[in-house]
Amino acid sequence: MKKNLKNKVLLIIAVLVVFTYGIIGVPSGVSGKALMEALSNRIHLGLDLRGGAHLILQVVVSEAVASETDNTVARVQQDLKTAKLTFSQAYKPDPTKPQVIRLEGTTQPNASVVRSLLDTKYSNEYDVNGGGADNTWTLTMKPLVQKALEEKTVQQAIDTIRDRVDSLGVSEPLIQEYNLGANQILVELPGISDLDRVKSIIQSTARLEIHAVVGGPYQDETAALASVGGVVPPDEMLVHGSGALATGSDADSVYVLQRVSVVAGSDFRSADPGTDQNGLRNVRFTLTNEAGDKFYEYTSVNVGKSMAVVMGGRVREVANIKSAIRDSGEIEGSFTPDEVTILSKMLRTGALPASLNYLEDRTVGASLGADSIRQGVTAAIVGVLVVMAFMLFYYRGSGINADLALFLNLVILLGFMGFSKATLTLPGIAGVILTIGMGVDSNVLIFERIREEVRAGKAPSAAVDQGFAHAWVTIVDTHVTTIVSAAILFLFGSGPVKGFAVTLTFGLAANLFTAVYVSRVIFEAHLNKLKPGETVSI
Amino acid sequence: MNAAVLKDYGPRKRREPVELFHGVNVDWLGKKWYFLAFSMIFSVAGIISMSMHWVQIGSPVPLSVDFRGGTQVQLQFAQTPDIGRIRQATVEAGIKDASVVAYDVASNNEVLISLPEQTNESSLDAGRQQIVDALHAHYANQFTVRNVQVVGPTVGKQLERQAGLATLYSMAGMLVYLWFRFQLIYGVAAVVACFHDTLITVGFFALTGQEISLTVIAAILTLVGYSMNDTIVVFDRIRENLRLSRREALPDVVNRSINQTLSRTVLTSGLTFLTVLSLYVFGGQVLRGFSFALVVGILIGTYSSIAVAAPMLVAWQEWRGKSGKGTTLPAAKRARV
Repeated sequence: MKKNLKNKVLLIIAVLVVFTYGIIGVPSGVSGKALMEALSNRIHLGLDLRGGAHLILQVVVSEAVASETDNTVARVQQDLKTAKLTFSQAYKPDPTKPQVIRLEGTTQPNASVVRSLLDTKYSNEYDVNGGGADNTWTLTMKPLVQKALEEKTVQQAIDTIRDRVDSLGVSEPLIQEYNLGANQILVELPGISDLDRVKSIIQSTARLEIHAVVGGPYQDETAALASVGGVVPPDEMLVHGSGALATGSDADSVYVLQRVSVVAGSDFRSADPGTDQNGLRNVRFTLTNEAGDKFYEYTSVNVGKSMAVVMGGRVREVANIKSAIRDSGEIEGSFTPDEVTILSKMLRTGALPASLNYLEDRTVGASLGADSIRQGVTAAIVGVLVVMAFMLFYYRGSGINADLALFLNLVILLGFMGFSKATLTLPGIAGVILTIGMGVDSNVLIFERIREEVRAGKAPSAAVDQGFAHAWVTIVDTHVTTIVSAAILFLFGSGPVKGFAVTLTFGLAANLFTAVYVSRVIFEAHLNKLKPGETVSI
Repeated sequence: MNAAVLKDYGPRKRREPVELFHGVNVDWLGKKWYFLAFSMIFSVAGIISMSMHWVQIGSPVPLSVDFRGGTQVQLQFAQTPDIGRIRQATVEAGIKDASVVAYDVASNNEVLISLPEQTNESSLDAGRQQIVDALHAHYANQFTVRNVQVVGPTVGKQLERQAGLATLYSMAGMLVYLWFRFQLIYGVAAVVACFHDTLITVGFFALTGQEISLTVIAAILTLVGYSMNDTIVVFDRIRENLRLSRREALPDVVNRSINQTLSRTVLTSGLTFLTVLSLYVFGGQVLRGFSFALVVGILIGTYSSIAVAAPMLVAWQEWRGKSGKGTTLPAAKRARV
């Protein structure tokens, strides 16, 4: 009997040691500072305690679809020209439906040739319809293809953002897809103090492309329109830029550019800031092999013409094509050092495939986080002390029992958190406090029952047995209902609320062990020491 | 050397244990009309307050930025801020509909500035920048931004949906669990008690003008679980007593069960209440709504097990008795120990 008890005590001590390790690992020393350090290494704090930014971004995938269909429009035009099939225009009729392309003005006799051309080249990705008497055709991107493109866009955006954030040196950033199927990204950046700079790096420069210049710079949009005869052709577009590029003034000016880009963000392999022979800052870039070939083709045909570097929807730089360029070149302009660095970083990490909109932004300042920790811990300590004092006062000797069980409960709970690397949030601390209150509940249940049995005249060990037996059912019931509640909160809640559900669940699970097994063992030890005629101190 | 004095303390006296509720014998069911009146007063007060809020702001309770969307910036000033002057600053900068509220002016010089929801999600962040710029113009660097929350309409709706689903599933889960452990009528009585608790707690928020945020919803779901706990303890005892004495009238069994568990109920609720009170007092502003919900909820939850759930059981049985459908409350499935 006694050996059995000794084993049980050893088990409990082993549990204590294991979970203490979970909390502080192996600390470098026993000073307060060393312990705090060890603690903060193991326990992972949430944003609301550490301070930092929580952003939810929406990837505007329709832009990626539009860009893809723009390319297709150009290819269709090229193919029809090469096959010498007449047509009047190929364009996208509805800007809100970028996946639909319309081809007009083919001739009836050519209809079957056009049909077979479109089918062979495009039917993998598009549904081809039309060719009737009105000589119009519609190519609609297949839904599956569109979905795959959208997912790829989101994934690329995540990778690009991760690269950019990594280069900022943020510790433990979290970047992942959010809300599956809705094309949203979650970005969590702990410890960020200058949020504006981070946001500008993440979000700005959404698109980086090089387009052929058709005309410009013009003073304003009316002048630009006048140059193309009043209406912008479907394969061209108007883009604003700074007049400093051509005229040296800062005024806004308008360019007419080819809609389809010659090279776009992902075609850049690397980019570095440098200086040219005059000491002016420039950006030296290299392209991928594929893009290099395309670029060479384009520049050899277009020597003497201009290309525009478009960043974030504005013309940033206009360059004259002096000779054919294969895959490395320079972008010159009056850049500030910061601009050059940012531009290189953008080019290096690749441009975002589509723009990002903010859906949610929660930023907790580090000072508020520190305050929250302080207040939460204070409340927890006060709560623990009050409960422990009360148990001692009301249940005397058995109160020590309850207090020991409570202490072990907290150790196991925090150890769990340390081992599982679960995040501790401010509501999580509240969950710990709630666990204290509800945990001691179980002890009260058992002790009250034991008192009843003692009052009814039962012997001490029988009273203890009965107390535990009867209370067990109710303890299980109450713990299960609260844990179910917490599980639902975990499934449906957001970050901080999840933290609450986690600590509450861990705490109650630990409580099932401490309130029943550990309390029992302590009672047994106590009972073994009782002299005949003495009763349990409760 | 003086002889040591031996004092005789007499036979060793066993110190009586501290017992709060020994030998209580209150007729709880007899007081059910008082309980009903008490509940009605608070429920009606809550409902009236919620209706007034609905008329004024379009929702029954003030909602935090989680649900209503928009921008909320928490600022701490170096000196005591003048709300009027801050409001003036925002108006001068051309910001429309900014609401400036004292958050914790007394101890921390903190102010909350909120902007309504923006429908255009591409410029969601602009509001925050505008506020900061407007204040820089007047206060230079005499303030820091402690906390920013910007919630767009998409996310706002998602969160509302999540909160609603969580509540629904919680209640349903409870009902099913109780149906399984007891009998349906026990489950229904317990769920009615929970609805009562939630209604009164939310009513308190309306009455005191506090905001409901996501964490408050979490608190409410927790206290639903907690109130369920409490009710289960009483029901467990009723079930046990019914099994032991089939001849006793139900009201008497219920009264006796409540009296027997009173000590345990008050103690555990009291202890949990103390810990939650500690959280309310020391836990800081961020958790204030959360801890307020728990403080009110625990009190009401304990009350409802005695005053709502138990009388409902008896009333149901009496109704069945009158319509001649059987007179004893089934003792339910035998609990697996």
